[in-house]
Amino acid sequence: MNKLAALPATLVAGGFLFYSTAFFPSWGDPDQPAGRHVSPRYIEKTLAETGVPNAVTSVLADYRGYDTMFETSVIFTAGIAVMMLLRGSR
Amino acid sequence: MTKDLDNVVIKTVSRILVPFMQVFSLYVFAHGHGSPGGGFQGGCIMAASFILLGVAFNLREIGKRFRERNNALMCVLGVFIYTGTGCLAFLSSGNFLDYGTLSDLLPIDSIKARYYGMALIELGVQITVMAVMLSIFVDLVTAGRGEDAPEDTE
Repeated sequence: MNKLAALPATLVAGGFLFYSTAFFPSWGDPDQPAGRHVSPRYIEKTLAETGVPNAVTSVLADYRGYDTMFETSVIFTAGIAVMMLLRGSR
Repeated sequence: MTKDLDNVVIKTVSRILVPFMQVFSLYVFAHGHGSPGGGFQGGCIMAASFILLGVAFNLREIGKRFRERNNALMCVLGVFIYTGTGCLAFLSSGNFLDYGTLSDLLPIDSIKARYYGMALIELGVQITVMAVMLSIFVDLVTAGRGEDAPEDTE
């Protein structure tokens, strides 16, 4: 019975999600909101400011270096957590 | 898993493949500045080469070439290189992770200093990712007994 009640709720929520895709910016649109904030600066200034031709690397390691530092720490923490769980009990 | 599979085809192919994987991993790491790649990807490929050795031979084969103790140290070393490079900028009164100011200490301009600062932190990422992937694999396969696991463990 609960499963039957969940079906219309899922259909309505899914229908709204599908409906909202009609308002997405089109694929590769240069004027989409995500591409108008800091992206133009990264794309234009990467080579001049960092000497790196690959914008992905310069954003990852320089403009967003603090983020990447904690990504590395997360990986390190995951390794320590597995060690603690599997080795710590003995 | 520590039992010797004793299959000559698998052993020979992986013995030939492993050095190529490691060179390719260093290539992916070094070309992260100009093409897709970098520390995360290079570290994963490097770890995969050691895991291939462990799967094709046995886990002792990894331990013979790469001590587990050193592996645990390298987990820490990578994060240390990353944060250490960030702290180097303090020496030239810059902000944390602001490698551009390193040009005051080194005979290079600030753009080159950024370039090499990024290479250094990617090296830290590569070392940590490689060591953590390998240590998680060994821990999961031996249920936490590491390279001391008895010979008959499957």
